Amino acid sequence: MSAEENGAGAEDQKKFLYVNRRAPYGTIYALESLEVVLIGAAFDQDVSLAFFDDGVFQIIKGQDTAGIGMKNFSPTYRALGDYEVTKLYVEKESLEERGLTADDLMEITYEDEDDDWAEKSSVQLVSRAELSEIMAAQDVILSF
Amino acid sequence: MSYQINGTTVEHDEEGYIQELDKWSEQLAEVIAADENIEMTDEHWEVVNFLRDYYEEYQIAPAVRVLIKAIKKSMGKDKGNNKYLYTLFPYGPAKQACKIAGLPKPTGCV
Repeated sequence: MSAEENGAGAEDQKKFLYVNRRAPYGTIYALESLEVVLIGAAFDQDVSLAFFDDGVFQIIKGQDTAGIGMKNFSPTYRALGDYEVTKLYVEKESLEERGLTADDLMEITYEDEDDDWAEKSSVQLVSRAELSEIMAAQDVILSF
Repeated sequence: MSYQINGTTVEHDEEGYIQELDKWSEQLAEVIAADENIEMTDEHWEVVNFLRDYYEEYQIAPAVRVLIKAIKKSMGKDKGNNKYLYTLFPYGPAKQACKIAGLPKPTGCV
């Protein structure tokens, strides 16, 4: 049941930020975070995700897990738009420190209901300082 | 617990979801559907195939509200609604259709 059906209005909404700072494989944190986001998306809250430190590797293009015998769950990030999760903040400094640029990230988009379903990018590059402000503005931060 | 098909055995969990997704076949889908008291029609296959395509692309079985929205977008609002999908799959379009499609239980189905 979605929160919409319960009649939850904007006044009941809290700002949730899911913080992702670990590499996608090797530990279960990245996958668990993604699953919690998908499950939590049913509750009609204001949800955003932050990727920094090694967490930026979670959304890089061309992931191939054949060699480690694990499921490549990276395509699932592209379904987040269907779950109305449309704000993915990626810290610029973390990319730079790892020799990555925005071009190394997957294209993750959503369709904007308020703009004639135009397809827009969910990924927003932010500086470390901007990310601190985003974090300070949250009601709930879940760190993985 | 398992389904029997052409003398081979496909294991499933306590709710009837198959364990190894690559063991799925259209014939197996018919067997699972029969177990759910569903007779597969073209309309059922349309939804099952849609779910398999969604899984192929995103590696998840969508939650029911996401499924309905996606079906509405690709097949129109006559099919992208609760009533139509519950007529086809009375015990829940996401759960029952996913089971028949050989997928895991939907992620984010609360």
